[in-house]
Amino acid sequence: MAKRVVIVGGGAAGMQTALELKSRGIEPIIIERDMDLGGKVRDWHKLFPSFTPASDVLQPIIDKVRSSRIRCLLGQEVKTFAEDGVILRSEEHVPADAVVIATGFSLFDAHRKQEYGYGLYHNVITSVDLERMMNNGRVMLADGTEPRRIAILHCVGSRDEKVCQKHCSKVCCITGVKQAIELKQMFPTADVFNFYMDIRMFGPGYEELYREAQQRYNIHFVRGRISEAAQTINDRIQIKAEDTLTGRPLRMSVDMLVLLVGMSANRDNEALAAASNLSLAPNGYFQTKDSFLGAVQSERPGIFYAGAATAPKSLADTLAEASMTASAVERYLRDKYNNR
Amino acid sequence: MRNLNFGYGISRPRVINLDNNDLRKSNAIIAEMPELQACIGCGSCTASCTAGNLTDFNFRRLHTAVRRGEYQGAYEEINKCMLCGKCRLVCPRGINTRELIMLIKRKLGDF
Amino acid sequence: MRRTSWQEYQKDIADDKYYYARSCIRQNFFPGSEKAFLDIMHNDLGIDIFDDPLHTSCTGIGYHSDIVPLETIMTVVARQFSLMADAGYEHFISSCITSFGIYNEILSTWEEFPETEERTRRYLKEATGRELVKPRSIAHTSDIMFHHRHAIARKAKRQLRNAFTGEPLRVVEHIGCHYAKIFPKSGIGGSEFPYVLAGMIEAWGGEVVDYPERRHCCGFGFRNYLVQANRGYSIANSHKKLESMAPYRPDFIVANCPGCAMFLDKWQYAIAEMEGTVYGADGHGIPVLTYEEMAGLVLGYDPWELGMQMHQVDVEPLLDKMGIEYDREAKYLGKNGKYIGKPDIAAVNCEEARSIYEIKR
Repeated sequence: MAKRVVIVGGGAAGMQTALELKSRGIEPIIIERDMDLGGKVRDWHKLFPSFTPASDVLQPIIDKVRSSRIRCLLGQEVKTFAEDGVILRSEEHVPADAVVIATGFSLFDAHRKQEYGYGLYHNVITSVDLERMMNNGRVMLADGTEPRRIAILHCVGSRDEKVCQKHCSKVCCITGVKQAIELKQMFPTADVFNFYMDIRMFGPGYEELYREAQQRYNIHFVRGRISEAAQTINDRIQIKAEDTLTGRPLRMSVDMLVLLVGMSANRDNEALAAASNLSLAPNGYFQTKDSFLGAVQSERPGIFYAGAATAPKSLADTLAEASMTASAVERYLRDKYNNR
Repeated sequence: MRNLNFGYGISRPRVINLDNNDLRKSNAIIAEMPELQACIGCGSCTASCTAGNLTDFNFRRLHTAVRRGEYQGAYEEINKCMLCGKCRLVCPRGINTRELIMLIKRKLGDF
Repeated sequence: MRRTSWQEYQKDIADDKYYYARSCIRQNFFPGSEKAFLDIMHNDLGIDIFDDPLHTSCTGIGYHSDIVPLETIMTVVARQFSLMADAGYEHFISSCITSFGIYNEILSTWEEFPETEERTRRYLKEATGRELVKPRSIAHTSDIMFHHRHAIARKAKRQLRNAFTGEPLRVVEHIGCHYAKIFPKSGIGGSEFPYVLAGMIEAWGGEVVDYPERRHCCGFGFRNYLVQANRGYSIANSHKKLESMAPYRPDFIVANCPGCAMFLDKWQYAIAEMEGTVYGADGHGIPVLTYEEMAGLVLGYDPWELGMQMHQVDVEPLLDKMGIEYDREAKYLGKNGKYIGKPDIAAVNCEEARSIYEIKR
């Protein structure tokens, strides 16, 4: 009889791991909190650095999960992980031969950076709001007009000890470059300013896209973090930063301020880890067994990780890691049952 | 208004105010040489600068300020450049810095 | 503006039985304000508040100007607390934002570094023979006024409204850096969207003006003002705020901090004399009130009883707008009807029309 693996989380990581396990003759069960599969990528419009529509990547995976008749428990939350299965919030025990934690991340709540006035001022939006606007077909200001000057702020809720987010969220820099280009394509006469502390272009094609944003799209990159935003009398947003490359403070009004919100550790991690005897890294993500040879293993045999449950990851990283996780699970099951 | 001597005045802000700065010259410079926007602020130009090692001439800071519409004193500063061309050799983004010097002078004049 | 975040920053404020610590600047520049606070608490609200003649300056200005050492100010503060305990009170309220910052900072330092508390205990004992007793709660007097704002509203004789149009008055509020920038949790509403003054304004019928430089410092900065050579950037900060608020045409400014009230008021005079710029909609200055004066007007106190003749910028246009009756002739008569002197004519005041001034609208 096929060995059974419970995968907690029905986003990109969980679904791809399920498909990889299935192709290895192992029976996956996906448990998802939401009523739909897909996770956070569902809200995304286009993916960096290629501008591939997010649905072009996500939909085939969802379709394949469905056509492979992988069992999915939707609208179910997990309380405890163990090597012999998981316990749901309903106290129901779902038995398994191994467990994969693919619970992903939480978006940083931009309200917590009060100085940017998110939720208070019109036209201060997050990068996720912008993707949703693009998905809905139109980006505009609160009054329905087009923005003429836009600022994009990097590192909102990343590298910021004031809000207990010491880590770099990795994907926001390239998202900022991508969104700046998209805004410039929509509003060619608008001025777009990206405010950054460092630009971290770690992936293939990223640096090239950054250069294109600068040279071809004439996007202004200002090295300095916006310290506060305030609404002006005509409903614009006044921002302050240091232009560190000239060593002088800089002030300007913009029509729209986009906050590139970071990836925070999942809000439930603490409770889940405590209940399951797993440990968390200092940034609140799940702690892997080893950075090199145990990157998808937990400290407990039979419990594995996939995707952004252990650190901020891009979609490409996440999909690649799903194969690693499936291989590790397969190896574990083989060793466990051959030795018996 | 009386002529009172307060012994001090109202300090002028050092802030670069992009709402008030006239960016037309800056836009014209960027339009003619879009590669200037590709600067990543590495400072190689300033590090290798013949003039910058003897005076406070800082080409990286200067062209950044010009891009923000801060033209005051730029012409005078830029005259410190000896046009040796070393900065162009070291620029990792391949910006034609020597040409840029001439371009800024041409566009701004003695601002 | 959808303002809700202030609700996240609430603190426990005692309802009654306060030990009152005065402010050096307020006593000198707005002496009527502290009297008004005591009268409002005691006479209007029937609250037990103790004004102790034995307490001293907290020495905060000296401390922030590098004249008073840390050990000294800690011992002075310890003595104030000990006086409070002697008088049988445990809720310490400070009339000054600088002092409020000092008290919070010192209590927190004692918490974090217990050896400093021990040292202070020893110094206090050696110097005065007293024992240190820490207060149960610390609040600024504006916190207290905020706490009782609805009770004041119920007794109000008039609202913060234009008596002729019924429109709410447009009020700029300024809470002062040391109220919530040192410990955002110690201020109502925190430091980004402070609600302590805004709550009073709204409860008494006015409208709060949110302008871009609302959070900016007034520029006092202690040694930045005290040293004449540095005053240029002290005044530049008030200048920046006034430039930013002027387009909103505020009817008046209300300040939390004695220093801020003084500088926002008096710098308007200096700016007008230096540059010929005035910021009030009527071609004069924008009146600057303390929150005690604001509460006093709402409760029907006489403006000269409140000490409003001590302002640099004349308050008459505001009083007229609110429909307040007052005796113009009595403005410069002191407590016993004695003439206290009169300032020279200035641009920010309303003695005569001055078309030579540029009027910011």
